[in-house]
Amino acid sequence: MRPRLTFWKLTFLFLMAAGVYATVLRFTRGLGASTNLSDQFPWGIWISFDVLCGVMLAAGGFTLTATVHIFNIKRMHSIIRPTILTAFLGYVLVCLALMYDLGKPYNIWHPLIMWNPHSVMFEVAYCVMLYTTVLALEFSPIVLERFKLEKPLKVVRAILIPLVILGVLLSTLHQSSLGTLFLIVPEKMYPLWYSPILPLFFFVSAIAVGLAMTIFESSLSAKHFGLHLELSVLQELGRVLIVVLGMYAILRVEDLANRGVFRLIFQPGYQTYLFWIEVSLALILPLALLLQRRVRNHPQGLYWAAVSVVLGFITNRMNVSITALEAGTGVRYFPKWSELAVTAMIIAGGFAMFGIAVKYLPMFPKEAVSETELGANALPALARAGLEHAGD
Amino acid sequence: MSKALLYDSTMCIGCKQCEQACAEQNKLPYDDNIAGEQFQSEHKFTAVLTRGDKFMRRLCMNCQEPACASVCPVGAIKKTALGPVTYDASKCMGCRYCMVACPFSVPKYEWGKLAPKVRKCTMCPDRVATGKQTACAEICPTGATKFGDRDALLAEAQQRIHDNPDKYVNHVYGMSEVGGTSVFLLSSVPFETFGYRTDISKDPMPMLTYRVLSHIPDFVPLGGMLLGGIWWITHRRDEVALAEALERENREKRGGKQ
Ligand code: SF4
Ligand code: SF4
Repeated sequence: MRPRLTFWKLTFLFLMAAGVYATVLRFTRGLGASTNLSDQFPWGIWISFDVLCGVMLAAGGFTLTATVHIFNIKRMHSIIRPTILTAFLGYVLVCLALMYDLGKPYNIWHPLIMWNPHSVMFEVAYCVMLYTTVLALEFSPIVLERFKLEKPLKVVRAILIPLVILGVLLSTLHQSSLGTLFLIVPEKMYPLWYSPILPLFFFVSAIAVGLAMTIFESSLSAKHFGLHLELSVLQELGRVLIVVLGMYAILRVEDLANRGVFRLIFQPGYQTYLFWIEVSLALILPLALLLQRRVRNHPQGLYWAAVSVVLGFITNRMNVSITALEAGTGVRYFPKWSELAVTAMIIAGGFAMFGIAVKYLPMFPKEAVSETELGANALPALARAGLEHAGD
Repeated sequence: MSKALLYDSTMCIGCKQCEQACAEQNKLPYDDNIAGEQFQSEHKFTAVLTRGDKFMRRLCMNCQEPACASVCPVGAIKKTALGPVTYDASKCMGCRYCMVACPFSVPKYEWGKLAPKVRKCTMCPDRVATGKQTACAEICPTGATKFGDRDALLAEAQQRIHDNPDKYVNHVYGMSEVGGTSVFLLSSVPFETFGYRTDISKDPMPMLTYRVLSHIPDFVPLGGMLLGGIWWITHRRDEVALAEALERENREKRGGKQ
């Protein structure tokens, strides 16, 4: 156990050091010196990975809060806290990454007062801002509980359902809008990825990844923090994941056929290979795994299917935002070491913050706690008063 | 009255005086090296391209419905009624969506600076506002670059093709591309020779995203209603169960007292 711990610590420190150095480079020498971006290729991995994938990886938050609080599937309640934590951390990190990518990061607040409702980016900016606030509020009970602040806790719990609804609406909007961003460049994108239904693809894949990430992080928490794994809950998520992946696969095939670009998927070439890597990881492999009951019922099987889905849709978003645009603009882009270093630092920082939160905050409440909390949320005031009375 | 530029490449002699005038107007450096550069950049807003004995200008097309302006989240880029597509650096936050979105890949960025600006031809908005021609049109010795009212210039361009059908490619570039632009080009060789795509959409690009965005005002109240409704229905069962339990308990209590 000991040497492994040191290894991870060393890796972590190394990533942090490289990230800090790249940060200094970015903010003292500018984007030109710290990235491989150019006039021909103005968006790199800080947008492709940190923002597009980051927001997708944080989609578990709205998927699961909707499942538990709106659809009232109580079994899922035990894993809701770590999922909200991941989502909250995810959005904070996305905003952090934006500070690196924006040419003038100190103007990041401008959309607040300078409106352009015709701009998808404006809509995304607003939704992300509001949703990060919603997530902070959804997450706050965990902190408030830890410090036993009863008053604010009551307030947050009272508005929880409207908050959840708002969160789901905002997520639906900006998850799909990240796809809408690319609708304006039909001529610049390789036809395997440009589609008029990009917003729908981005939304459905966000749900798939939200489910997969929930499976992934619950498994990890179980392994590394010795927490009890709710296998039945994860299996259920696995089944929903099959349905969502199936829907995505149908949409994808129909879309390729409708646009008459089906033949492109067998035409040898750089884009085709990346297409097949994407489709294999995101759809074929996980569906093949999850459709077997033996795999689905095994924690390890679920875990690897989830990992595959996550990697597959990361490839998908990188393909949309890099591979497809490379083909249209005729240039090759590969990130500079400093771009990779910043991204790696942000990911490592996210893992570290998750670890710290799990250690110091009541992330996995005892069954009893979660039941009363659930009761407090779900039941109308009248019934609750009655319950208390009955308890006398 | 909206203004425009007409560039007739058959009249161009490749003297590059427009490049120089543009540099002066926009306070950009200009020397022989820069004159040799065959592309637009953050220090060169217009470039006269040479292919054999043919010339062609590249510059911002100042589209009628510019993609760059529609995507800018802070409204730093604007289409003015007079024609120029202007840029306000103090609003810009540097997201570079305008660069991605422009169908002609016109906007360039000051990658080397710590407070970088987007750079492109803005059709001399200050001059145009005071009734003057753009700097490039004013200096042009042959009239290859001509400034004027958009409608009149378009008619003139069509007339020139009509009068000399053998001399020109039968197309006024900019008349219908992306819904029309404020820069018209005439050429004797295919526009593709100089990197101008002719397979480009004839509809304004902003429609592509606006079609989706315009559904948001409907989506929010409907979605909210739907989610609230599902919540109400799924939790109704709990309520009923609880009420029944309470009833039973009360009855038992009452029963105990009697
Ligand atoms: S050519 Fe590009 S930069 Fe110029 S107005 Fe049109 S969209 Fe904007
Ligand atoms: S880079 Fe500046 S001008 Fe271009 S879209 Fe972004 S905020 Fe607007």
